[in-house]
Amino acid sequence: MTLANSEAAGQPRVGLFATCLVDLFRPSVGFASVKLLQQAGCEVHVPVAQTCCGQPAYNTGDRADTREIAEQVIEAFEEFDFVVAPSGSCASMLKKHYPGLFKGDTQWEERAQRFSDKSHELISFLTDVMMVRDTGTALEAKVTYHDSCSGLRELGIKEQPRKLLGNVDGVKMHEMKDSDVCCGFGGTFCVKYSDISNAIVTKKVDNIDASGAELLLAGDLGCLMNMAGKLKRQGSDVEVRHVAEVLAGMTSQPPIAGSGK
Amino acid sequence: MELAAKHFKANASKALVDAQLQKALGNVEKGFIGKRQNSIDALPEFDALRDSSRDIKNHVLAHLDLYLEEYEAKVTASGGIVHWAETAEDARRIVLDICKKANARTVTKGKSMITEEIALNDHLEANGIEPVETDLGEYIIQLRGEHPSHIIAPAVHLNKEQVESDFRRVHTHLPEGRDLSEPVSLLSEAREVLRQRYFAADVGITGANFLVAETGSSVIVTNEGNGDLTQTLGKVHVVVASIEKIVPTLEDTAQILRVLARSATGQDMSVYTTFSTGPKRPEDPDGPDEYHVVLLDNGRSEMIGTEYQDMLRCIRCGACMNHCPVYHVVGGHAYGSVYPGPMGAVLTPSLNGIEETGQLPNASTFCGRCEEVCPMRIPLPKMMRHWREREFERNLTPTVARYGLKFWAFFAKRPKLYRFAASFGIPILSALGGSTRRFRSMPMASGWTRYRDLPAPEGRTFQQQWAQREALKQEAKQ
Repeated sequence: MTLANSEAAGQPRVGLFATCLVDLFRPSVGFASVKLLQQAGCEVHVPVAQTCCGQPAYNTGDRADTREIAEQVIEAFEEFDFVVAPSGSCASMLKKHYPGLFKGDTQWEERAQRFSDKSHELISFLTDVMMVRDTGTALEAKVTYHDSCSGLRELGIKEQPRKLLGNVDGVKMHEMKDSDVCCGFGGTFCVKYSDISNAIVTKKVDNIDASGAELLLAGDLGCLMNMAGKLKRQGSDVEVRHVAEVLAGMTSQPPIAGSGK
Repeated sequence: MELAAKHFKANASKALVDAQLQKALGNVEKGFIGKRQNSIDALPEFDALRDSSRDIKNHVLAHLDLYLEEYEAKVTASGGIVHWAETAEDARRIVLDICKKANARTVTKGKSMITEEIALNDHLEANGIEPVETDLGEYIIQLRGEHPSHIIAPAVHLNKEQVESDFRRVHTHLPEGRDLSEPVSLLSEAREVLRQRYFAADVGITGANFLVAETGSSVIVTNEGNGDLTQTLGKVHVVVASIEKIVPTLEDTAQILRVLARSATGQDMSVYTTFSTGPKRPEDPDGPDEYHVVLLDNGRSEMIGTEYQDMLRCIRCGACMNHCPVYHVVGGHAYGSVYPGPMGAVLTPSLNGIEETGQLPNASTFCGRCEEVCPMRIPLPKMMRHWREREFERNLTPTVARYGLKFWAFFAKRPKLYRFAASFGIPILSALGGSTRRFRSMPMASGWTRYRDLPAPEGRTFQQQWAQREALKQEAKQ
């Protein structure tokens, strides 16, 4: 694989923001992220003072709790060259939404901006910052990729995962219809408006099934759990994994919501 | 229409199981999205035009008072009359007065969301004046006693069989055996029926897509030409428009027109784009004797200077709802407000207050597709979030959600406690997942498990496993 880092003479020190869902539900995504970052030449740290990026509070309108959580995250990661999260939505929260929380607060505004500048989503960090082209892994599978909304629209992540997957030996891409349309997860939306969420995810899994793929990948665990849960409920055989698991060659764990074979 | 936004959830659930509606909604996705994409793919400067359109409206909003005064002066100079309406009630009263002075028995109407906003038809009817909608979609829903389910395609929730049966029910003067099986035959029949109404009408009422300050002109865009007949055949033309429709110049109008139809229907231009300036002049062969403009505020001036100001850039193209995954599955009526979809979720609380309308800005996944396609670059998700903030500050957020959030935040703000709790709870939850590694039902998470399985946690948390790995590394070093 290619290693490149023109920014720092030594190894860049990366703080991994694992995200709450990866921490609680799918640690293998965390380990896959660590492996990919280390292979790309990073020194990886996992600060213990991380819980969640604060999106549940932010999107419920609770600015006070959001800000407290954001301060906690910024402090925990201040010492690192980069902050990397295996999620477009959490990374976008750190990068695009944190600075706005501190507008007008001279003490925090600059800190939040510095933090934002060094925050990245995992896959785009690998391709765009560390210039990784090939992760040197292989998997025989027909794969389809769902573009999670925040990563796609707020961070412009579209081609990056496809490029890396294109260099995984044996992976065949089967693009689904409307891969860039929301899966209906939406954080607390999926339980607040479960009927609507269900209608949206039903369309999504129909498109996944119709793609002919046997493995669904995406870069956000929330969307993946939503789609995996619906696929299983409908009796589909399509397996579901975070894209980092495939790129890191770490697919020994059973797939999401699956018991393995 | 009566505001029913607080029943959004129940109405949405009904809409989801309405097979006819679901079929009709399929047309929104199929029809609008591809056409818009094709038309903007053919216009490389589309994004630059969006920027300049946004800038034009921002400039107007920063100097709205000046442009409104300039506009009024130009309308007056061309022989028209501007009426200022602070509230919907004021606007209704003004329009009714004009109609009464003209001894109007029937008025024709071009398509206008503003007259929906002020519930003008009900008011006219209550006062013995018959309003006749002339846009085909509006005409159909008027026959059905409904309100628009979409701001540019008011009858998009219907299929042609329903329209056929409405026409047969209402147009009883026409032969029973006539063929109405094709959309074109429905259109011809509506045209024929409406043609007589144009000539009989005393007053024609239209909305406006733009009000041009430098000329005092009102501009409408239509595809059926009904707006032109409405505004030229009556003795009196009344334009009802809200104050943010102002643009400084004709050049500005032309700029924004380039993004409007493309964003709305994927047309380069709508079939008719009509500029009206004042009443008929002595040398004109036709036109109305009187030209009135009712300028409606209805809460808009209070949005200026707030975090909702950007909403006033909206040009009502409907692209946001055409691309909204929620709108696609529930349709427009579920929102229970005049304006549905993402733009309605932001505008309705501004016009009607957040107390009754809180459901609307909450019913979004924040997927961001509305903002992505908005020709005026209105940050719709951001403003929906601001409404959620206003709700939260005022304790309007539903109690369960509020306490649930506070409980979660208590832990999220205490990493040690959070790790401790997770290190106990998560392995137990994982074990409960059994060999299938998922839950078919789970108390407290029924909103999730009602429709999908819940993946079980893999085992110990990432933090637990990472800490152990680091500890082993340390040991190995020593």
